[in-house]
Formats: sequence, C-alpha cells, structure tokens
Amino acid sequence: MTNRNSNHLDIKFKKMMEDYKEHKGSLIPALQTTQEVYGYLPKEAMEYISQVLEIPFSEVFGVATFYAQFRLQPRGKHVIKVCSGTACHVRGGPHILKEVEKQLHIKSGETTNDNKFSIEPVACLGACGLAPVMMIDEETFGRLTKERVHQILDSIE
Amino acid sequence: MRSLKLLRNDLKEKYHSISKPRITIGMGTCGIAAGADKVKDALYHAVAEKGLDVDIEVTSCIGMCYKEVNVEVALPDYPPVVYGDITPARVTRMLEEHVVGNTPVLEWAEFQLENGKHTPYQDISSMESSDYYFHQTREVTSRCGRISPENIEEYLITDGYEGLEKVLMTQPQKVIDDIKASGLRGRGGGGFPTGLKWQFAHDAEGDKKYIVCNADEGDPGAFMDRSILEGDPHAVLEGMMIAGYAIGADEGYIYVRAEYPLAIKRLKRAIKQAKEYGLLGDHILESSFSFDIHIKVGAGAFVCGEETALLNSIEGKRGMPRLRPPFPAVKGLWGKPTNNNNVETYANVALIFRKGTEWYASIGTENSKGTKVFSLTGKIAKTGLAEVPMGTTLRQIIYDIGGGIQENKRFKAVQIGGPSGGCLPEDKLDIPVDYDSLIKVGAMMGSGGLVVMDEATCMVDVARYFLTFSQAESCGKCTPCREGTTRMLEILNRITSGEGEMEDIERLERLARVMKTTSLCGLGQTAPNPVLSTLRYFKDEYIAHIKDKRCPSGVCNHLLTYSIDAEKCIGCTACAKACPVNAITGTVKKTHEINPEICITCGACMEACHFDAVIRV
Repeated sequence: MTNRNSNHLDIKFKKMMEDYKEHKGSLIPALQTTQEVYGYLPKEAMEYISQVLEIPFSEVFGVATFYAQFRLQPRGKHVIKVCSGTACHVRGGPHILKEVEKQLHIKSGETTNDNKFSIEPVACLGACGLAPVMMIDEETFGRLTKERVHQILDSIE
Repeated sequence: MRSLKLLRNDLKEKYHSISKPRITIGMGTCGIAAGADKVKDALYHAVAEKGLDVDIEVTSCIGMCYKEVNVEVALPDYPPVVYGDITPARVTRMLEEHVVGNTPVLEWAEFQLENGKHTPYQDISSMESSDYYFHQTREVTSRCGRISPENIEEYLITDGYEGLEKVLMTQPQKVIDDIKASGLRGRGGGGFPTGLKWQFAHDAEGDKKYIVCNADEGDPGAFMDRSILEGDPHAVLEGMMIAGYAIGADEGYIYVRAEYPLAIKRLKRAIKQAKEYGLLGDHILESSFSFDIHIKVGAGAFVCGEETALLNSIEGKRGMPRLRPPFPAVKGLWGKPTNNNNVETYANVALIFRKGTEWYASIGTENSKGTKVFSLTGKIAKTGLAEVPMGTTLRQIIYDIGGGIQENKRFKAVQIGGPSGGCLPEDKLDIPVDYDSLIKVGAMMGSGGLVVMDEATCMVDVARYFLTFSQAESCGKCTPCREGTTRMLEILNRITSGEGEMEDIERLERLARVMKTTSLCGLGQTAPNPVLSTLRYFKDEYIAHIKDKRCPSGVCNHLLTYSIDAEKCIGCTACAKACPVNAITGTVKKTHEINPEICITCGACMEACHFDAVIRV
C-alpha cells in the first residue's frame, strides 16, 4: 500500500487508469485497482478516473458509494470481516462480532487508533460449513469460539 | 475439427497408475479455513524428515465440511483412502502407519475409493456406501475433491470437454432442443427452463451476443457455486461455451463475488489453460466457433444476483435492476441479446452433453430433472455439500445425509432458499424437494442453501435477521422494496423488543402483499417470504412475543429476565464486576441479586459466572 501524503497521484497509478480507457465497463475495476493501491478511494483519484474514463464525477461517486466493497476513508492494515450469514447467525456469529469489537475497542465499520485493524460489514462469506467464520484480509477462519478469536487476533502482526 | 480423443488417451496413460505414494489435501476455502495449510506444511515437513518419496497434491472440497481437513492417501496398487479431521498432530501417525506400513489408520478413515482394479482394504467402507455419501448422487460435483482444479489435464481425463466436442459437431438449434429435452431448469433460484431461455437468445436479432455466468452467490447459507468454481472450474467454462455456441455468442463474462478470492484465482488459471489447449479463443478445436471469457469481480451488492442488476454492474454502473421487458435475451449486456445462467446450471450443461439427454432426463421428478446440490448448514450434525436427485425429501437430506440435529436437540425448522425463501416446520419435511413443491408450501429452491434450526432458534428473530439483510441490500430504486423492507424491519424490531401489538401481524401481511405484487425485481418480490412463512408456521411465537412479552426460545434479549440462583451462587462477585450498569448487588461470599429495574439484559453476568448460578427466562 502506498502512503499518500501529497495531493499528487503517482504516475504509475495514472498509467494504470489510462489502460482502462481501452475496455468497456471498466469503472468498477478501475475503482477496485485504486482501492488496492491506496487502501481506499481518495477523492483526487476518483476525480482523475472521472476525467480519464469520461464519466461524470457524480456517477463515479454514485458507483463508489453503492457497493459495500468501496471505502471513502482510509482503513487499517488488516481488514476483519465477521460473517453475518444465516448459518453463522444461528451458530452464534453475532457473539463473535461482539468479541472482536470488544477486543479491538472499536465497532463494526471503524478502524483502531493504531490503524492496525478495521472491522467491515459483510453479508455471507460462503464458508457456512464451518460457521461461525470470519475473514482477515484474504484468509478465512472457521469454527470460531471466543477463545479462538483471542488467539487469532493476538497472532496477527 | 481437432479431436481430443488421442490427447485424452495419452493423458489417461500418463495418469493411469501412480508409481509412488500420493497424498492429496482438500484445499477449498473451507478446508483452508479449517487449517489445511498447516496440515500441508506439517506433511512437507514430516515427509522431508523421514526421507519419504511421496507426491503431495492439492484438490478442492469433497463436501464433508464437518470433517475438514480432508486428506487422501493413495499407494500404488491400492485404493485411495480419504481421511477426515486431519490435524498437523495426526500427520506423523498417518504417514508411518499408512504410507510406510500400508495399514490405514482405521479410526480416522472415512472411506476408500474403490476402482475395481485394486483389492479394497478391509474394514473401510467404500465412498458410495459411507454414511455421508450413501444417499447422494454425485454428478455435478463428481470432480470436486477428486481432481486437481488447477490442472486441465485432470479435467480432460475425466472426460472433460467431451460435451463441447459433441456440440461443435451439431447444429445450434439441435443443441437447444437437447437442453429442452433434458428438462434442465435454472439452478439460481426461479427455476426457469434453460432451453427456453436459450431459444429466446438464439432467436433474438443481433450482430453480437453475450453469455453471462452469474457467480454472485450472495444467498447467506449457500456455497455450492463457490465449491464448484473452486473444485471444477472447467465444467463452468465448458457449459458457457456450449451455451455460446447454441445462441451464437462469441464472448462471455463470469460475474464472481470479491468474497471468493480462491474461486477467482482458479477460474483465471482455468481460462489460461483452456486457451493454451486451444479450447478457448479463436477457432476452438480448429472449428469455426470462437469464444472468449472474461472475469468481472463483484464489489459487494446482493442485488447483483438479480440478472438485470448484474448486467448493469458488468457495464460499470450501479447494480440496480432494469425494467422488463425488454428481457436480457433480447436486450441485455450493452443492449445486445444475452443469456444468463448461474454456475451450477452451466456445470449441468457440460454434464448433459457428456452423458446424454435421456440419461439426464431419467433423474429427478416429472418437472424437475437432474440433481441439485444443497449446502447443509446451521444446527445440523454434518455440515457440508450434498448432491441428491430432485424429488428427494428434506427429511432424507437432513437426517439420512446430514445426521439430524446437533447434540440431539429437537428440530424446529429448516430455512431453504435464503432471503427469498421460507422456513418450513417438521410436518413439511416429507415433501419432495423440487421447484414446484417448495413454492406450494411458501418456500423456494433458491440456490439450495439449507439452514437447519433447532429449538434454541427464535423464528421471529430469524425473520428479523432476513429483513435486516434485505433492507440493507435493497438497492433503493423502487419504492415498495425500499420502504417496504424498512417498515417491515421496524415492525419486527418492535415485536422482538417487546413493543409489538397484535395489529402488527396484519400490517406485516399487508406490506408483504404489496411488496410481492409491485416490487421491480426478485429481491423485493421475495423479501417478505421469510416473514410470511414464519407467520404461517410459527404464529404462536409471534403471539408469545407480542402478548406475553416472552421469547420462547430465549433469544430476544429485551424479553429475557435474569436472576440469580441462591443455591448455586457462592458470592464470588464476578457477575457484579461484569455488569455494565451496576444492576447486581451483594457482598463477598453472600448471594448476589439482580435488580430487574436497572438490568439491561445484556447477559454479561451469565458469561462471567463460573457456577451456572445466573438464570435466564
């Protein structure tokens, strides 16, 4: 993840966005790439995308705020998603979310003060056979108990 | 046209027998979440330490989530044995006894894969006769957990792309007629006849047509599409190509959820390999048919599972449904005729052309043909995937395959079809599972997620859960869905917090009627189903919440009261310390008391107590 202190977007990023001009329907992939680069969608980046892809800024903003995946604020180094699917719900998923919130002293949708963790809402992670589950970055953890949540959070650098 | 026959024969020769022991680890998302990575590391470590000459391979999920991590051990000239519940600590014994000593560890062995060539081991059942698989018919998922999903050769030797070869030698209209004759209906929810859908797209005028695969499996509780994508990605590609040939499309899109990173990785790899083998791209197998497939990664919106919302999302817009008509078959992606089916449907297509229309039509019921893959989750003893012929009863699926309820508790309901489906009680367990029977009892097939609920599940809370979901996921375009889900959720919140009134039941029913008849897309039209079905079968629970201000299952926090059992309390003060509102009084070594006026029923005392002295009613 690049640290963005300046208001200027870097050249590499601009080049990546230019490439999207060639493809139809590339607004969402462009936003996804932006988020991969910066960890969120900086306003300047969205403005640049609007310019390059010739899509009104209002539409870029509309798409960015429609989908759950996109964030307009920076997030922590690790993103935790506690599954709120049906299988997890009936197997105690809400208690797992509470435990994560308690451990990190933040609520779902927030980021810890040290920017290490963010908790993000998610519908269903599709690992229902191991409910309750959560996902940290791209790794899925199943058969959770409060104790396991402790261990897992402690083990993350 | 180039035939794959020779290649397939060569490959069969190559894979015919193994020359040294082979250990295969089940590494689908579930397996990895259960620790398959650590088992793999432990295996590499132990194999190196012992200096064994062993191949270590990776496969996907075989469907026994309750037995993850699954590992298969195969020795030359012996049938492979599949183990369940393998942990890093069990690796050494498995290697020493089975690989070195050729004596499978019986207590961890789930079954063996008999192949007719080798003498089976004694005292291990075959897969077909094992508890979990005896009642299953694995067709669509036959390769899941059996082949490497990252190696196209293993797909080819299991007769992969044979359906495509046959199709390319037939007229497109004949292909559509065959799909019609097979009786295949869409596996994504509504159960629309696939052949008819293809016919519309085929007949539509257009210089350019598209194939779309809906892999936006958003139903909470369903994961069969993920398992197919992770375990048998080529089957989906093959099905899409056949559909493309039939309707006259040369380009396809797979719209897959961002929450499925492993599925995306395996799909990308499969597409690359198919291109290398001349099975995707220009002039497939040197025929006149060209087809290309792109992957579009979703950005997190349940409504994109609705086909027109999905098309908007592929086009880079907000995923909001379109007004119909025109239907996508006439005016779909970028205004061109488009055919959209889901993952399981395409996997069925490849199967139908490989094994034949008549064979396929012989499975299932009169109006629902073939098999259906269900995901068994919730309070069921054996969670996992189960594939059964259409028409199997829910009781057979839940009890004969799923082993009944966890901890021998009492069954209360099974939720089928996700947020669009309904909750069915015990007396509906004997209906055959097919599209039409489920609609009749107020549920629907949906994508096939079965969430089993026991006596500790509150049905009003379940309805509230689904409405919370639908309300959050409503795209906001049409008023009945946007406002209807919000109002319904408000009412359900009221009821579960003890502030409901009897008129609320009528209000819910009226709202449901309006939403069903006037919402723009399936999401709004079916969002009331969880409420209607729980009202239909579990009305007494609603009444208990409203009239008696009581939650019979002990779930709804606001309706519970906490007290302390004087006989069990030893006065340790743990509960008083845990109480966030200082509602608990008492001194050390004396019985404590909870003041119900102050208590916010958070349950912290109950968790803190080590002596089970806190009572909740």
